[in-house]
Amino acid sequence: MVLLALVVLPALAAVGAYAHRAPEWRAPWLGLGAALQLGLVIFAWISPPPPLFDGWLALDALGLVVLTTVSVLFAVVASYAVGYLRRENPRGGRAFVACLLAFQAGASLVALSHHFALLWVGLEAMTLAVAPLIFHRHDRRSLEAVWKYLVISSVGIALALLGIFFLATAQAAAPAGTRPLVLEDLVAGARQLHPAWLRASFVFLLIGLGTKMGLAPMHTWKPDTYGEAPCVVGGLMAGTLTSCAFLGLARVTEVSAAAGIGPFIQPLLLGFGLLSMAVAAAFIIGQTDLRRLLAYSSVEHMGLLVVGLGVGGVGAYGAVLHMVNNALVKGLLFLAVGNVLLNLGATSPARSGILRRAPLSGVLLLVGLFAVTGSPPFGPFLSEFAIVSAAFRGGHYWIAGAVFVLLAVIFIGIGARILDVVHGPASGDAPAPREDPWLVTGPAMLALAVLVLGVYIPRPLFEALSNAAGALGGWPP
Amino acid sequence: MQGLPELLLLLVILTCFVVLGTTRLSACIRAVAWQGLLLGLLPLALYPRGGPHVWGLTAGTILVKAIVLPRFLRWAIREAAVRREVEPLVGYVVSLLFGVVVVAAAFAVSRTLPLAEPAREMLVPASLATVVIGLFVLTTRMKALLQVVGYLMLENGVYLFGLTHVERIPFLMEAGVLLDVFVGIFIMGIVVFHINREFDSLDSAHLSELTD
Repeated sequence: MVLLALVVLPALAAVGAYAHRAPEWRAPWLGLGAALQLGLVIFAWISPPPPLFDGWLALDALGLVVLTTVSVLFAVVASYAVGYLRRENPRGGRAFVACLLAFQAGASLVALSHHFALLWVGLEAMTLAVAPLIFHRHDRRSLEAVWKYLVISSVGIALALLGIFFLATAQAAAPAGTRPLVLEDLVAGARQLHPAWLRASFVFLLIGLGTKMGLAPMHTWKPDTYGEAPCVVGGLMAGTLTSCAFLGLARVTEVSAAAGIGPFIQPLLLGFGLLSMAVAAAFIIGQTDLRRLLAYSSVEHMGLLVVGLGVGGVGAYGAVLHMVNNALVKGLLFLAVGNVLLNLGATSPARSGILRRAPLSGVLLLVGLFAVTGSPPFGPFLSEFAIVSAAFRGGHYWIAGAVFVLLAVIFIGIGARILDVVHGPASGDAPAPREDPWLVTGPAMLALAVLVLGVYIPRPLFEALSNAAGALGGWPP
Repeated sequence: MQGLPELLLLLVILTCFVVLGTTRLSACIRAVAWQGLLLGLLPLALYPRGGPHVWGLTAGTILVKAIVLPRFLRWAIREAAVRREVEPLVGYVVSLLFGVVVVAAAFAVSRTLPLAEPAREMLVPASLATVVIGLFVLTTRMKALLQVVGYLMLENGVYLFGLTHVERIPFLMEAGVLLDVFVGIFIMGIVVFHINREFDSLDSAHLSELTD
């Protein structure tokens, strides 16, 4: 029942938030949904819930890691939204909150689905729930962003569905009693899957889910969407949506690894991963808008995740850990950039001096900068290190070298831009208002979490990560 | 009823060519409506003894793909007073030639992808061809409404492939496809309406402000 509640409660909260017209109740509904979900997740860590509905909903190590990450991120976003909704009034306020909660219900469904079609339904629900959130300003630019987002990601999700159908076809020769499209049965009967259909399925799912993740060259919607969406939404898209799409890709990788088509999928994963990192590096240099910068950084990190899956071994462990780190850091950065927006009015060029106008937000932005570029002692350093060293140990020397060079280029590009915004004379001469504690506490918690993950990984988390890596055909360091 | 599914599938491919070759927006929408009707009849032709599940699928598909969505698109044309020509980026002749190549390639590729039931083998090439032609329409026609038409064709292709699984995997997949089409297009439609209000035209080429 816990599994069902994890999906249903946020959905019910969404209905409640929409039905309740009073503006002062919007933040409480959001907080209620987030708190209920976080509570259930903690409960799931203490006593693992049994599978439901003939194994369609189940919680394994990988799903638990994703679920925990997204619900922590959502709780932080909900607390930030208390302050945000005080300062800004997004058009259609109750629809805004309801869409956020519906999005989160979809994320829970994706994390818990062990049935590929159900996973797809969850991703589709997330895609649709986020569209009105991007469009909330109702002007030309956000209209263009939402149109690109809808067209490109609808195509992606349709191709992913075709890939899932292919997977079902690959399973056609399975013995009677096999549950079609259920992950456990696919992995157990992986050797009997039809290899040609399985390969076709992997290609379509990689392209379809890669579109959702924002792998190059399917990433073109990403800078526009992140650049126009409110920062609260940007943080959720860069943290939650990408993690859920990555989970889908990890699931099909699990099946492929068990079926022994590793030599077929490895070059695909490495190719898309390196291309994404290269494209991101090219566009990060000279990027002036902070949110578009974060979008390209997201493309880079998605590329890194896929490279981790591709090199395998410790790389799989690194990829899962990096997914957690990336979600937390992106949440931190988007919320900190949100504070820049609220304080300086824009993220475009010629704005600077956030450290003087809002020192706490400035510090958070700096922490985010160092974390996202993989500097020690923050979490991403460890996970990036795991991926690069796995590439070395696997004998992929030039891949390790390329990743290393691209990371360095991106470090310079992001660093130059963010330092501009942080330092420098404060633009605008109105006296700085006091910083709202709601707007800094949440991001500060994320910063702390990223710092802790870089120093010490708690035992239960390490075990979950190791099990997740094991399912992907890898192992812990 | 031997051969009826094959006939229907050939007609589906034919409607794809109508969309590729026609100069008028309303004709494109009519072609997609016909395609929806054919898609609705296919489950009946493939599984004549399928029972209520197949009947429900047929009724739902025809309702959504052949009646509701085309009507919605026509309403959008009227409401937005769109110019009635297609105005493609790639000419009609080239589009048609592309269609021919795609269909040939789809048949060639599907020989390497065998189905468990050879009786339904035609579904694979028809599905692949419809998907690729839908993508082509989506990328080479600049009008937002035609992009919706292209997306619908893409979805129809996915649906065709899903038909190979009607017996093994009940319901969820069809529900997913129908829901997807319905909600996706519905939201797109609302956006189309806004594009019109903002730009006085439904040409997504105007949407080019966000660049690097």
